[in-house]
Amino acid sequence: MKILEGLYYSKNHEWVKVEGDKAYVGITDFAQHSLGDIVYAELPEIDTVLSAGDTLGTVESVKAASDVYCPISGKVVEVNQSVADDPSLLNSDPYENWMICVEMNDKGELDQLMSPEEYRDFCN
Amino acid sequence: MSYDKLIFEVSKPGHTAYSLPPLDVVDFELEESIPNELLRHTELSFPEVSEVELVRHYTNLSYKNYSVDKGFYPLGSCTMKYNPKVNEDIANFEAFTDIHPLQSESTVQGALKLMYNLQEMLKEITGMDGMTLQPAAGAHGELTGMMIIKSYFENIGEYKRKKILVPDSAHGTNPASAATAGFEVVEVKSGSDGLIDIDSLKAMLNDDVAGLMLTNPNTLGLFEKNIIEIAKLVHDAGGLLYYDGANMNANMGITRPGDMGFDVVHINLHKTFATPHGGGGPGSGPVGVKGNLVDFLPVPVVEKNNDTYYLNYDLPHTIGKVRSFYGNFNVLVKAYAYILTMGAEGLKFASEIAVLNANYLKEKLKGYYDLPYDTICKHEFVLSGLKNKETGITTLDVAKRLIDYGFHPPTIYFPLIVDSALMIEPTETESKETLDEFIDAMKSIAKEAEENPEILKTAPHNTPVRRLDEVKAARNPIVKASV
Repeated sequence: MKILEGLYYSKNHEWVKVEGDKAYVGITDFAQHSLGDIVYAELPEIDTVLSAGDTLGTVESVKAASDVYCPISGKVVEVNQSVADDPSLLNSDPYENWMICVEMNDKGELDQLMSPEEYRDFCN
Repeated sequence: MSYDKLIFEVSKPGHTAYSLPPLDVVDFELEESIPNELLRHTELSFPEVSEVELVRHYTNLSYKNYSVDKGFYPLGSCTMKYNPKVNEDIANFEAFTDIHPLQSESTVQGALKLMYNLQEMLKEITGMDGMTLQPAAGAHGELTGMMIIKSYFENIGEYKRKKILVPDSAHGTNPASAATAGFEVVEVKSGSDGLIDIDSLKAMLNDDVAGLMLTNPNTLGLFEKNIIEIAKLVHDAGGLLYYDGANMNANMGITRPGDMGFDVVHINLHKTFATPHGGGGPGSGPVGVKGNLVDFLPVPVVEKNNDTYYLNYDLPHTIGKVRSFYGNFNVLVKAYAYILTMGAEGLKFASEIAVLNANYLKEKLKGYYDLPYDTICKHEFVLSGLKNKETGITTLDVAKRLIDYGFHPPTIYFPLIVDSALMIEPTETESKETLDEFIDAMKSIAKEAEENPEILKTAPHNTPVRRLDEVKAARNPIVKASV
């Protein structure tokens, strides 16, 4: 299972990559592996305001549909349309293929998330 | 098994299955009575086949089907019990098939009496005070129940109650029904014993919560033994308790949702009460309610005045109609016939044997398949893939291979809280011999997984089409026949 350095991780298996005030959010390798082949991804509208823990969208595999939660609060400023067009990208490279980009309200919330080491322990 | 024609491929110009009598009415020109722009100007494409071609075509297609009349169908949570043929005979009585829903009440007293009696029986079986027979299926019953709950809180001015709690083990229809009725759905976690985690529930209950939807026994086949405490907690917080009756087959004559503290319940006549489903339906999902929720039921309800039965449209807070006319009447007849055939003792015996059969399968299979909740189950149980995790054989492979052995696979990958779930519900209508054949097949598959995994990976082998590419079908569906 792949866990990238330099990212923050949530208990619901999302990752957060911080660039200034912006945060890119996606699902982890563990998540894509558990879900199996993803056949559908639903993303929010741009300008949607999300609180930490809100559903940002849904991913669907042939087995099940699962909500994806936004680990940090903020306003959606970008969505990755290529993921919506070809959801298999979430399987092939879940860290390269982010789902949304959020303008963060409170960078302090990042402290609530896990480091790569903590996330590795959490998955085991 | 290789028959794969469309009726259009059988078609040959000039073949007919019958001949019309000579025209004995005056011919007229369509153009004179219907505006030209509304008339079709292209040829209609109808298949042309003789009677024998027609019969052979559909008989051949029917061979591809799998049903409870063909073999064991242990599809968890679906209660695929045998549907006694006497119920079909009775539903086919002309007195039932030749009446019209718009006939006056005085001319359909027998049909109304049947509906009234069925309402009363279902009230007794579930322990509820009122019952509607209108909903056309289980999820429709759920939606009806959710609408009743919503309407009730609006009526007493508690507009804040917008949340419905649903356990993480629930049927997918539960959150869908609650959301469709306009509620916000909040998930309640199960504890390590597979039951509702009381502390998580307590923390979620407040004056925003309209109710909790619960299946009991739950989808793991485990009885929520804390149900009385759960009901008290929900009621003390001002909420209502909704019973998903999908698993009622474990409870008949033994316990009742009404006695457990549930306020609204739906039952599936097409599961528990032996009417056909799974392609052979339609379904029927009556909804029962307690106390003053009776005033919120859909109209009409069937009532009795001395010896006369009538349709009552006058309920003070009714949510209105949820189905055209009075529900799937034909299905009601079959369920009524089933209840009368079985009697009170028979229904209780059915539930007892359903539970016994499930426990027998569970005990015989747990040496070969992973059993995450190793305890006495009710009418169904959930395995977590093969016991030997080293083989690389998935739950999907096991399910596909079962088809080769002549069995319908169990429900797989549900409930979501069990990894690689195989959810098995034998029902009471299977003999020990059939259960033993299934056990042998499951053991044999476990052995194949170790000795000849390739045969599982490529299963099924004896079907009209081999393993379908589910991912490709979902990503690039082709829904048009290539004629």
